[in-house]
Amino acid sequence: MRFAPWFAVAPALAILGGVAFVNRVEPLVLGMPLVLAWIVGWVAIGAGAMAVLYARDPANASDATKRDRGER
Amino acid sequence: MNAALVVIAAAAAMTLALGLAGRSGQDMSFEQWAIAGRGFGGLMTFMLMAGETYTAFTFLDASGWAYGRGAPAYCLLASGAIACMFSYWLLPPIWRYAKQQRLISQPHFFSRKYASPGLGGLVALVGALALFPSIVLQLKGLGVIVSVATGGALGAGPAIWIGAATASVYVIVSGARGVAWNAAVKDCLIFAVVAFLGLYLPARYYGGLGDMFRAIDVAKPDFLAFKPSGSSVLWFQSTVTLTALGFFMWPQAFSAAFAARDARAFRRNAALLPLYQLIVLFAFFCGFAAIQQVPGLAGPEIDQALLRLSLKTFDPWFVGVIGAAGALTALTPAAFLILCVTTLLANDVLRGLYPDVAERKVALFARSLTPAIALFAVYFALWGGRTIAALLLMGYSFVTQLFPATACSLMRKNPMTKQGAAAGIVVGVAAVAYVTLTHSTFVSLMPFLPAQAADVNVGFAALILNALAAAVVSLATRAAKRAAPAPPRGAARPAR
Repeated sequence: MRFAPWFAVAPALAILGGVAFVNRVEPLVLGMPLVLAWIVGWVAIGAGAMAVLYARDPANASDATKRDRGER
Repeated sequence: MNAALVVIAAAAAMTLALGLAGRSGQDMSFEQWAIAGRGFGGLMTFMLMAGETYTAFTFLDASGWAYGRGAPAYCLLASGAIACMFSYWLLPPIWRYAKQQRLISQPHFFSRKYASPGLGGLVALVGALALFPSIVLQLKGLGVIVSVATGGALGAGPAIWIGAATASVYVIVSGARGVAWNAAVKDCLIFAVVAFLGLYLPARYYGGLGDMFRAIDVAKPDFLAFKPSGSSVLWFQSTVTLTALGFFMWPQAFSAAFAARDARAFRRNAALLPLYQLIVLFAFFCGFAAIQQVPGLAGPEIDQALLRLSLKTFDPWFVGVIGAAGALTALTPAAFLILCVTTLLANDVLRGLYPDVAERKVALFARSLTPAIALFAVYFALWGGRTIAALLLMGYSFVTQLFPATACSLMRKNPMTKQGAAAGIVVGVAAVAYVTLTHSTFVSLMPFLPAQAADVNVGFAALILNALAAAVVSLATRAAKRAAPAPPRGAARPAR
């Protein structure tokens, strides 16, 4: 998985960098101040991205279990 | 007798029973006791890791920060979630190495990776220095929760004594297994309680989340977003990054990871843990709801915001349920932390001093140390003064200093030597102590920087000095070794 790290790097950068641009209370999103909603949204997107990565990463296939158990 | 007290007493009894039952037919070798014989599947690993990262802190401080500080609280949510996503790549190699080398504890990892028991001892010391105040904090939190929830029917002092006794009994008997069962129950309970409160309280007092935030924004402009200076966006970015780096550097995070049965558990958790982090969001809602309902809490009292509002809102028996959930979130991590400190001292300090000591004796030593550590923590929780508060502030920054050496040790060819790692950690820890005690900022340390730089979390200064010291000493020791006639193999390069 060559692009695997981006699944985590992109949401992390979005949270850290994006806050500078959405540092406002209004408009409320889902009842939350914009800046808080931005963080919450990217946490959820990040979790989804990691779930996709988990499903697609060959390291998690059942025949990789042996290596996963620390047996060589 | 108070209804809340009855519920909390029942919860304490259940904790003890679950903790004792966790042993269930296992022969308790040291490996079994300390890390459950590396036998936990995905769900148990999740519970143990989630349980140890979300503690009384989640319950009290997250709501307290929202109540007293506003926007800065958001960084609690962001840093945990980011750290959990990156654990996809961090934890599997650590676990795999631990499995191959049959490691028990975090210092063990360092002493094997860098082929240096001395470095292991140093890491054990740093870990104990950071862990001990956390145990004290959990016990103090327990005291606050029980005394507030029962309206003073059971004081903080007796609650702390009972809690510490309960935790040490089941840690001695069942070790990590006892903790894991309690973590599972506690996680379900706390999630249900905090999610309910986080949705119910804003609806009841303001008519809804949006109305609540609008009311707060009118009363306290600037409270819900980051300020132009001080707790600014720059502060948020640097603090979140620094906290994320330190998130898995705690000794108990390594212990929880070692207890897993396979590495896949961590990759799955990398998707689940960030979602679980959203529990902090509900705690924020409780804290925000309390702002206009129980105004006037200041200083350390802000941590009581959630409980005070619950007292005002609900019948005593339901306050008891909230208090019981809170008490478990304090007690379970306290038990696991006690387990970690005793493992550290027995496995890394005792074995470091007497390498030939029998495993049976290490186990016995660890178990007999348990009540002593608990007593010590009770003493500081009840009578500890300034020192413990200062240590607590530094604990997180202390363990963050282990990050460079950990990251380098996972590279295929470790660029860091054992001397470099030790120098980096010592310099980093000293720098943390200095900047914390003198209240330095980047601008006071380096006056030539622009005033904005004062908002950058000063913890980065320690981490940069740490990395510099490690690099310089590593280069020097490498050069010295190349100059020496017959270089001893394996000292600089860890055994793979």
